[in-house]
Amino acid sequence: MIVNIIGTWIAAGLTIAILSFLYKDNPLYKFAEHLYVGVSAGFGVIYVWAFDLKPMLIDRFIENQGVERWILLVPAVLGLLMLSRWFGKIGYLSRLPLAFTVGIGAGLGITASIQGFLLPQIQATLLPLTTINNIILVVGVITTILYFYFSRDFKGPFKYLLELGIIFIMVSFGASFGYTVMARISLLIGRIFFLLSDWLRII
Amino acid sequence: MNFWQRLGALDRRIIYTVVGLAVALPLLLKIIMPIRVSEPVLNAYKTIDELPAGSVVMISIDYDAASEPELQPMLIAVLRHCFKKDLKVILTGHWALGLPLGEMALNKVAAEYNKKYGVDYVNLGYRPGYSALMVGIGREIRDFFATDYRGVPLDSFPFMRTVHNYNQIAVLVGFEAGATGDAWVQFAGARFGQKIILGATGVVAPDLYPYLQARQICGLISGLQGAAEYETLVKSIGTATLGMPTQSILHGLIILFIIIGNISYFITRRRKK
Amino acid sequence: MRNQLPLIIVFATGLLVIVTFFIPHEPFGSLEQRFLVWYSIVAGFTMLLGLDSLVRYHLIKIRDRRSGWGYSLVLLSGLFVTLILGFYSWARYQSPFKLGSPFMYLYSYVIIPLQATMFALLAFFIASAAYRAFRARTTAATLLLVSAVLVMLGRVPLGGWLWQKIVSLIDLLPGTNLSGLKGLEVFARISDWIMDVPQTAAKRGIYIGIVLGGIAMSLRIILGIERSYTSGS
Repeated sequence: MIVNIIGTWIAAGLTIAILSFLYKDNPLYKFAEHLYVGVSAGFGVIYVWAFDLKPMLIDRFIENQGVERWILLVPAVLGLLMLSRWFGKIGYLSRLPLAFTVGIGAGLGITASIQGFLLPQIQATLLPLTTINNIILVVGVITTILYFYFSRDFKGPFKYLLELGIIFIMVSFGASFGYTVMARISLLIGRIFFLLSDWLRII
Repeated sequence: MNFWQRLGALDRRIIYTVVGLAVALPLLLKIIMPIRVSEPVLNAYKTIDELPAGSVVMISIDYDAASEPELQPMLIAVLRHCFKKDLKVILTGHWALGLPLGEMALNKVAAEYNKKYGVDYVNLGYRPGYSALMVGIGREIRDFFATDYRGVPLDSFPFMRTVHNYNQIAVLVGFEAGATGDAWVQFAGARFGQKIILGATGVVAPDLYPYLQARQICGLISGLQGAAEYETLVKSIGTATLGMPTQSILHGLIILFIIIGNISYFITRRRKK
Repeated sequence: MRNQLPLIIVFATGLLVIVTFFIPHEPFGSLEQRFLVWYSIVAGFTMLLGLDSLVRYHLIKIRDRRSGWGYSLVLLSGLFVTLILGFYSWARYQSPFKLGSPFMYLYSYVIIPLQATMFALLAFFIASAAYRAFRARTTAATLLLVSAVLVMLGRVPLGGWLWQKIVSLIDLLPGTNLSGLKGLEVFARISDWIMDVPQTAAKRGIYIGIVLGGIAMSLRIILGIERSYTSGS
């Protein structure tokens, strides 16, 4: 379809505009960058409408009866108060909805961190030291924690424990770095694939 | 300036050109390399493969276009597996700008397997505040998603009538480009015992290994390589498998860059001394 | 009251969520569920927070014809065209997210290339950095580099290919027969081991520290000791 062909050309043009930054910052790149910010902001507004205001407030207000209907005014008002930041003088009112979300977030965070991370992760570290891998894992977890908790200079055997911690941390950062390189390359492959396949149709 | 110094101070644009060519040429030559399947991906595959037909799989799109080349082929391969096994799919997502990617993949793969919207799969869309939502779904999914993304009530879809919370969801597959995967594990996994598989970008995947070792997740598909492995398992060559030779060559090139850079550094340093 | 009320709300909601975790029965369960739904609704509004300053800043820039005002015009046009297409697609296609709608056209051909290419640029920068900056200056840096190189080799088919070449080369020596070792995939195994054991150990150690810090911070917030979230307005 002709519309899709035009779309592909627009997409290819914008891809090249962004890639042109590699040579140097230029008006084409700036154009694409500003367009991105503008369109993304517009997307945000449509999302709030399509996935929040309409299904969660408006539709429910129409469908619900009695108390269930009117109680929806509470989150609606809280949401509107969040926007009081737009108007300097009454901006302090946004602290109320903020307090509501922060309170719930903190409460959920505490229980989830303990039940969903701390306990299972500690349990998974309590391993019988019967294999080399188990020993490395246990020593690695302990020395890494020690390194972060006692980051001042020590002398004697304790110093070696912390140095062991650094070894684990560096190996781990190296692995993360290798994976990050991998990820960034994959993204580039994706874009070049688009240019060669969808746009130029040579593969 | 001697050879090594000059080599160490090579203009970045030359490096960019080499990188650009190293990506384009292997793609043009359409090389395919054998893919070795790793254990975390095999475990993810087995978890889905062992589900009886009709089981419900929830898929969460927690990425956007910035990670599309890595996670989209993964999503497509997993969807192919689900539809091949006659599983029911519920799609949702926590990254606002990525949700349409889920819809695109669903439409493409559902057509391949003759699957019908509402009968074999639904797209719930997105709701803000993912931590609250993940806990809330543990009680009743309708409290958050009374309708699908187009506003059609959930109960008008036959297979959704029996789905109320995690108890009816056999496996949750999250495709992650950020911290949402941790939230799935900590909220849905730990609190409600939900079986979870995560697919993640290369940047995020190393952070998820502790969950894998602690068996908090059943499988982990990481990066383009992970996607290629899943494509190999479901026997459908996609963009991940096609991209892996290029990925290989680029890895080789970057390792070469590191080696040349370091040789130049050590020789220059010794001369200075 | 202006300062006290937010603290009371934080304490009450935080406490309710924690109590419900232990006692999920009535009335806590349904009250928490209601609050979680409200949380989702209120959280949506935060997506609009930056909008006013973004629009205001660029409108002023255009009005005053400040340098680069043309780009501001592009930004605001992008914003308004997106809104128009979004609501038009809504009216015409039931949902703006229906594939084939003008809104999704904008997503496919504008958002995807812009966002994806923005991040693809990083591949060039990381390659350039690999060439110029990643030096084995200290033992720690050497460890990081070696680990990175091994993982990068092992995670792609290149590792398997390289291993087979190494075995074939050694096999050329008289009296050696290592063809059985070709399938060993040594680089892949090393990479898997790094990820499964030392990498997992260090990540676990780091995250246990971060999570403990997070729990302490959440407690401070609920108890009203940490109040930084109330500032800034």
